[in-house]
Amino acid sequence: MSDAVFLRLSGLTLGYGDMIAVEGLDLSVRRGELVALLGPSGCGKTTTMRAIAGLIEARAGRIELDGRDITRVPANRRDVGLVFQSYALFPHLSAFDNVAFGLRLRRVPRVELERRAGAALASVGLDGLAARLPRELSGGQQQRIALARAMVVEPRLLLLDEPLSNLDARLRLEMRGELQRLQRGLGITMLYVTHDQAEALALADRVIVMRAGRIEQVDDAETIYARPRTGFVARFMGFETVFALDAGGLHGETGGVLQAPAGAPAAGALAWRPDGVVLGHGPHRGRIRAASFGGAKVEYLLDTSAGPVKAELPARAPRHGVGVEIPFDLPLATAAVLERL
Amino acid sequence: MMRALGRLAIALVLIFLVGPFLVVIGAGLTAGEVPAFPPRGLSLRWVEAVFAVESFRGPFVVSLVLAFGATLAALALGVPVAYALSRYALPGGEALRTLLFSPAIVPAIVVGLALLRHLVVPLGLPVLHALFLAHAALLVPYAVRVVGASLEHLRPDIEEAAVLLGASRARAFFAVVLPNIRGGILAAFILGFISSFNQVPASLFLTGPGVSTLPIQMLAYMEHTYDPSVAALSALVALGSIAVVFVAERALGIFRYV
Ligand SMILES: Nc1ncnc2c1ncn2[C@@H]1O[C@H](COP(=O)(O)OP(=O)(O)OP(=O)(O)O)[C@@H](O)[C@H]1O
Ligand SMILES: [Mg+2]
Repeated sequence: MSDAVFLRLSGLTLGYGDMIAVEGLDLSVRRGELVALLGPSGCGKTTTMRAIAGLIEARAGRIELDGRDITRVPANRRDVGLVFQSYALFPHLSAFDNVAFGLRLRRVPRVELERRAGAALASVGLDGLAARLPRELSGGQQQRIALARAMVVEPRLLLLDEPLSNLDARLRLEMRGELQRLQRGLGITMLYVTHDQAEALALADRVIVMRAGRIEQVDDAETIYARPRTGFVARFMGFETVFALDAGGLHGETGGVLQAPAGAPAAGALAWRPDGVVLGHGPHRGRIRAASFGGAKVEYLLDTSAGPVKAELPARAPRHGVGVEIPFDLPLATAAVLERL
Repeated sequence: MMRALGRLAIALVLIFLVGPFLVVIGAGLTAGEVPAFPPRGLSLRWVEAVFAVESFRGPFVVSLVLAFGATLAALALGVPVAYALSRYALPGGEALRTLLFSPAIVPAIVVGLALLRHLVVPLGLPVLHALFLAHAALLVPYAVRVVGASLEHLRPDIEEAAVLLGASRARAFFAVVLPNIRGGILAAFILGFISSFNQVPASLFLTGPGVSTLPIQMLAYMEHTYDPSVAALSALVALGSIAVVFVAERALGIFRYV
């Protein structure tokens, strides 16, 4: 049963006024799955979530939840939860009452209500601040209240719009664990927007990369990390050097050409992560434009005839100075082979 | 330097705000035969006299009921209008906003005259109803403006959050919008009540032998009797206004959410 499609968007088109924000979106999420939605600012992630929640109307297309067409079902009858990017806490209610709001609407008896709201507050580590008003809480605390408020009613589908963006690294890990418990324990299906590639890969069963209102690629976390299909997805996954490929070689933004590695396909594109570029020997030459220290490693930005190349070396390796010409290699073995830029 | 200037400004504002009030109270408490400030000796005789004037009683009740009813009516209309203007892009909404937000486009006296000419005289609308219409109509812009201002401060997404937790749109309005604009509604109520209670121009044409409001009756009284009882009455009205604000503040615990 866990392979059944739980949420299905087909041909979903959304917009504001004359502007089309999302066009012909197809997407399915299986029951109990956690899917991460990744994409640059303004690509339509929030818009898509709002449509699934029923807060904006679809211009075209269908939304199905659990086999039922909910495209025209009002938002309050969808049983879809949303953690707002902006938190949207009720300013006149205490943290506890914010969390208890949905339980009160469901007429949950008082004893159970107090137990569940209390447990939700505890799960986000805020049981000590139950009586505070939202404006008396820090940004990260408000964000956790928003999370607890959406989780406590155990919706069929939970949409999370950058729910951990305002938390420090340690809290983020803790909250991630909490979300996973919720997903595994209660089997709640989740769609999760984040800007943090590592978070998406760590949490999600599958990752969707969106670009300008369309889906660029959907795959499980490991596949999308290792084998992005386009330059756009590759850049998102940390392949910072991307070149188009043809019979003549590798082409970048400067118009020049680098010789393609032996065995490369005749068309498409190739991409490398900084740690996949060999620095110090190889058939190509580049001039170091910038070097930046990043803890365990040093990142070098090289100007080459075809365009910039990002490489890195361990911090304990000998440093290269800015302006120096240095040989490098772009091996096929460490490249992602892309269909297009 | 700035601090001294600030103090001076506050002092000036206080003088202009409180000064006339003190003059009126003083004049009303005089022991002499004519209104005077500073009062010639202190006594409560003119305050007592107010209560003896038969012709003030009916108009006082009329003004009270009118101010209450007209303000409630203006809010009943104004709150939904303010809400719609702040939440939806309505056709003509911008024009309506400009109209409502421009200071008193139609002079109150014109409203009174228009109602008299077109409703009271030809259709026989009772004067009291016409008074109610005039007062309520003049208060709607206040209500929309003041309530609108507190709606502007309220994020629209809290209603969406309530809806997604299972509330209907109406329920969301009462559960999460209304409690957050209580301060605005109360402020609009106080403003409206006091402005209706003191309204002269709109009432001028709509009062007559049978029905009159307190300010109009005070004007009429002063035309033939020049004694300090009008000053005493003014002071009482001012104290009454303060009491309204105070009681409202207590009753609703306002400004907590503003
Ligand atoms: N209320 C609105 N009215 C008009 N245009 C809007 C509105 N909300 C969003 N847009 C536009 O729709 C597009 C998609 O916006 P959306 O909020 O879905 O982006 P996003 O992917 O969530 O971005 P971010 O990562 O910055 O949150 C953007 O171009 C945005 O400018
Ligand atoms: Mg967004």
